Amino acid sequence: MALTPKDYDQMTKKASPNTKSWRNIPLAFLIGGLICTLGQGMMEFLAAQGLQKDEAAAWTSVALVFLSALLTGLKVYDNIAKFGGAGTLVPITGFANAVVSPAIEFKSEGLVLGLGAKMFIIAGPVIVYGVTAAIIYGLILFLTGAH
Amino acid sequence: MEMLLPYLKAFAVGGAFCALGQVFIDYTKLTPARILVAYVVAGVVLGGLGVYQPVIDFAGAGATVPLTGFGALLAKGTREAVLEKGLLGVLSGGFTASAAGIAAAVFFGLIAALLFRSGDKS
Repeated sequence: MALTPKDYDQMTKKASPNTKSWRNIPLAFLIGGLICTLGQGMMEFLAAQGLQKDEAAAWTSVALVFLSALLTGLKVYDNIAKFGGAGTLVPITGFANAVVSPAIEFKSEGLVLGLGAKMFIIAGPVIVYGVTAAIIYGLILFLTGAH
Repeated sequence: MEMLLPYLKAFAVGGAFCALGQVFIDYTKLTPARILVAYVVAGVVLGGLGVYQPVIDFAGAGATVPLTGFGALLAKGTREAVLEKGLLGVLSGGFTASAAGIAAAVFFGLIAALLFRSGDKS
């Protein structure tokens, strides 16, 4: 059977979503789980240095964000993301990657409207809806006097 | 063995959050950006309902590192600020709690963008 590239494209599109999931989902579990395990190691190390629990958690986030920014800059993070899928998206390192990656990519369009603005292309909506949800929750607490 | 248990819990619970995200990617039309938004909002809701703190107590970084943990942190910061400052806390709490993470992402993002070039996406 002779296949044109177009036919082949359609065939792969048809076949890929389901046939890949059996691999994608365990890989996301593995990579995401490993990132969280690394975070757990950082947290326990910091707690052993005498930090409060929430301080240790905050420093862990900062360290993971730093690591993700570095690995994104070195093009390593995107290579891990190729097989890690959601395992590299859902942890806070994925949020950092979503900030750093467009910042690097759009630097050529200028420091203000390129780098500065495009940095928030995904982080922006996350902050907008996250903070809005928090405000609604806070209003409910305030109005019901549950505080 | 006892020492490894927190790591196993973090791995299993954090991995499960990510596997669920992969299910959304593979079986729904949700884009990665929408999944991140959904995870943070879900974290605010679960944190607000008091459901998420037990998950954090159980899994540690397995619950704080995924973006649901970021949402739960927003809710926790808001609750504490409302207790302390009333109506002003409704507005200030979320950003106060998440400030370190967001500022780190912005600052390190800027530095990385200045230091690194965008390569070809091969």
